[in-house]
Amino acid sequence: MVKTQPSIAEIWTWLDAVPDPEIPVVSVVDLGIVRGVAREGGKIVVTITPTYSGCPATSVISFEVERALREKGLEDVELRRQLSPAWTTDWIARKGRDKLEEYGIAPPSPAGGPERCPRCGERDLERISQFGSTPCKAQWRCKSCLEPFDYFKCI
Amino acid sequence: MTPQDLFQYLLRLGDNTLVLGHRTSEWCGTGPVLEEDIALANTALDLIGQTQMWLGYAGEVESEGRSADDLAMLRDVWDFRNVLLVEQPNGDFGQTMMRQFLFDLWHDLMLANLQKSADPRIAEIAEKASKEVRYHLERSTDTVVGLGDGSPESHRRMQAALNLLWPYVGELFVPDDIDAAAVAAGIGPDPAGIGAQYRNLADEVMARATLAIPSDPFAHKGGKSGFRHTEHLGHMLTEMQWLQRAYPGATW
Repeated sequence: MVKTQPSIAEIWTWLDAVPDPEIPVVSVVDLGIVRGVAREGGKIVVTITPTYSGCPATSVISFEVERALREKGLEDVELRRQLSPAWTTDWIARKGRDKLEEYGIAPPSPAGGPERCPRCGERDLERISQFGSTPCKAQWRCKSCLEPFDYFKCI
Repeated sequence: MTPQDLFQYLLRLGDNTLVLGHRTSEWCGTGPVLEEDIALANTALDLIGQTQMWLGYAGEVESEGRSADDLAMLRDVWDFRNVLLVEQPNGDFGQTMMRQFLFDLWHDLMLANLQKSADPRIAEIAEKASKEVRYHLERSTDTVVGLGDGSPESHRRMQAALNLLWPYVGELFVPDDIDAAAVAAGIGPDPAGIGAQYRNLADEVMARATLAIPSDPFAHKGGKSGFRHTEHLGHMLTEMQWLQRAYPGATW
C-alpha cells in the first residue's frame, strides 16, 4: 500500500487539536509548548518545551502528542525535549489568549497582573496569591464584581 | 573539570533543590491559609522539577546507569551534597519562609551566573530554573518583609528565625576544591564572589523587614562536602525514601 506523507503544515493542524490536559480549552500549539515539527528521513520529530520544570502535565502532553500522531497513521515519531530558549508566555498565540479569557482565565500581561476581569471586564483588581491551582496560574479577584479568577502568570 | 568533580557539582545543585523541595512539600495540606498552602506546594513542585533536571544530568555524567530517581531515593545521608540550610526543619510558617528567602536569594544569584556556564546543559537548566526562582524570591521577600515589619508577635518570630538560620548561610559562600575546579573550567561562579552581592541584598531586605542580621560570623559547614550533615536530614530521608526502601523498584 502506498501512503502519502502528510505535510508539515498538516501535522501542525493535528497538533493544534491536542488539548492542554489542565486547561483543555487551549491546545498545546496555542500555549507555545510545541516548538517545532520536522521530518528527519522517514521520521517525524516534534520538539516540546516544558512550561514549568515540575509541571506534572508535561509528561501527559508528550503522551497525548504521540498518541494523536499515531492515530493519524504516523508510525515513526520522536519527541524531543528542548529547555533553551526557556518557555515564555510571549509564545501563547493570540487565539490562545482569546480562548483563555473566554474560559475565565485572564491571559498573561507584561504589566505583571491581569489587564481586566475576565468575567465583567472591569479593571479594579487585587491579587489574592502569586500561585494558583496549577504552576502556570495565580489567583486574583475583581473588586467590581467580587469574583475571584485565575490569571495566567507572565514569565 | 573531571567527570567525578562535575558529578559532585551537579549533586550539590540537585540535592539543594531536592531537600528544600521535599521540606517545603511537608506543608501540603497544613498551610496557615489556603493561598499559602498552594504557594508552598507550587514552590515545592518547581524545586522537584529542577531536581529532575540536575540529578538527571548528574546520572548521565556519572555514567553508571543511575537515574534521577535512583539518586534521590537510593542514597543515604552521607552521599547527599546539599547545604545544611535546606535540611533544617520547617518550624513555624515564618521560619519556613525565612529559610526560603535565605536560599532563594542565593539561588537567584547562582542561577544568573550558571546561565553563563561553559557547560551548555548547565546553562540551559539554569535559564529554565531561574524564571521560576525569580518568582520564588519575589514571594519570599514580600513575606519576610510583611511578617518582619508586622505585629509584635510576627516580628519576634521572624527575628528568632533569622537568628536560628543565619549561621547556616555562610556555608553557601565558602569555596572548596570542587568550586575551584568549576571556576577554572568556566562552569560555575566563585561562591565567595556571590557572597558580597548576597550580603548587600540581604541587608536591604532585612532593613525593610526591621530585622537585624546576627553579628557573629560563625558558619556551620559540612553539608555540601557531605562531611557532616545535621541530624535532621536522616529523619527527612526516612520519610522521603520509605516507599522505595520498603518496596524496591515500586512504580505506578
